[in-house]
Amino acid sequence: MASSKNKLAEVIAKHEQQIATGWLERQASSMRRLSGAEQQEVTRQSREFLKAVKTAAQGDGTGDVSSPTWNPVREFLVDFSAARAKGGYSSSETASFIFSMKQPVFEALRAEIGSDSETLANETWRATELLDSLGLLTTEAFQKTREDVISRQQHELLELSTPVVQLWDGILALPLIGTLDSARTQVVMQNLLDAIVKTRSDFAIIDITGVPVVDTLVAQHLLKTVAAARLMGAECMISGIRPQIAQTIIHLGVDLSDVITKATLADAFALTLRRAGFKMVREQKDQRAAEN
Amino acid sequence: MERIPILKMGEYLLITLQVDMHDRLAIMLQEDLTDQIVKHRSHGVLIDISALEMVDSFIGRMLGSIASMARLLDAETVVVGMQPAVAITLVELGLSMTGVRTALDVEKGMLVLRTALSKARRNGAPGVEI
Amino acid sequence: MLRVLKSESLPIRSSEDVVIVRQAVRIQAVSLGFGLVDQTKLVTASSELARNTLEYGGGGAAQIEVIQNDQRSGVRVVFEDQGPGIPDIAQALTDGYTTGVGLGLGLSGAKRLSHEFEISSKPGAGTRVSILRWK
Repeated sequence: MASSKNKLAEVIAKHEQQIATGWLERQASSMRRLSGAEQQEVTRQSREFLKAVKTAAQGDGTGDVSSPTWNPVREFLVDFSAARAKGGYSSSETASFIFSMKQPVFEALRAEIGSDSETLANETWRATELLDSLGLLTTEAFQKTREDVISRQQHELLELSTPVVQLWDGILALPLIGTLDSARTQVVMQNLLDAIVKTRSDFAIIDITGVPVVDTLVAQHLLKTVAAARLMGAECMISGIRPQIAQTIIHLGVDLSDVITKATLADAFALTLRRAGFKMVREQKDQRAAEN
Repeated sequence: MERIPILKMGEYLLITLQVDMHDRLAIMLQEDLTDQIVKHRSHGVLIDISALEMVDSFIGRMLGSIASMARLLDAETVVVGMQPAVAITLVELGLSMTGVRTALDVEKGMLVLRTALSKARRNGAPGVEI
Repeated sequence: MLRVLKSESLPIRSSEDVVIVRQAVRIQAVSLGFGLVDQTKLVTASSELARNTLEYGGGGAAQIEVIQNDQRSGVRVVFEDQGPGIPDIAQALTDGYTTGVGLGLGLSGAKRLSHEFEISSKPGAGTRVSILRWK
């Protein structure tokens, strides 16, 4: 059995040039038009990959692509798929890198084995199995990179959607838009606490006007955020309590007695200004006219 | 044997926690502190935990004990400088630090002490504020 | 499929050992690239359980492991002692939450700070607590 796998290695070694040429042609026909630079890159990658497959096949007769002999091949494919995923290529454009190698390899096998139909059938089958497992590997690696990109984008979105605004010297506002789940709460807490440290703020107003649903979990998340801010020496208030929210909170039995709540951000802001020792005075209109 | 130094800062006492606390160290600290409060007749204690990368229930309880002991000796306590990651973890841990005042840093801590002490003098009893 | 990439065993016989366990867990979390909050949660949970092992279990050991499955990697810490065991685990977990002291607090706290939490304990047969935090 071992010797027949190396038959494949033999064939690839002997017909390397033809396989490479045929392969590149088939790749080109299955993809959109590439620029000169892109084409050069694909050619380089194909030759490198073919060499790696040849070496691995020579070293390992079983065709088990998970064995250490195939490490360089697998590593190449992981990097290749990741690059394609990031470069905006589609899943099939990436997998066709492998699958378009089949025809040229079969042709090389036929040229070499020719009349011995049983051996030809066996070798063709083994070559198919090998290329199929490599193709699957490519697809998996492609998938994983895409998932990583998506999860990173989700995280960035999360960060961007929880801005902390400085309303005044020592007074921060956190307008929350959207649902508040536990993942978001972690980001909210981190952003708020970092802002408290940076601005040395004594007050934080969490405005929940834009939070559609406030259930027991959301209330817990809010209370946690308030508690965390307190540990940093900042007094936290919650504003934007809509009438329906007020009803829900009471019906659920959530205890917000420890937190100052206001219907609007404006009310909360006015209160924090007073507590911070500021006093707002409105000048009389006629006074100003007289001054001017 | 290592002991946590207690510094006199005007009318207040300042303790800076830096090392990983273990039981004996915590007990010695409480002993030393109560001695110093009485000796200097201090009415305020600042505990700076800005160097602590972790506060677990043991340290949390210790801080609470210190605050309670100090109060019995007519002194108010403020814990200052908690790191954000520690605050988030403490809240998740569910350790209620009620009875322990907190402030962002030593400067704000002193302001808190001054307010708490003036309130206490007015009311004739220590103000209970979180 | 769960793979154990690294494993380190440390004794818990004194309060200095609790400190050593904390530091070792921190090092492992840092080397895996955990964010600061995640590190702190893991180290704090470990501290709670290490103290429990010392104070209620009569001493024992901690095993720190770097774990990997198909999607992600994490750190698992297993605390084991040959102490008296916990007669009613569910009760301990609720008690800890309500009274705020004792063995239960450490257990419920560690559970809240970890992604995965497992405990097995029988009176007279010791206790084994395992916590895991993914990156």
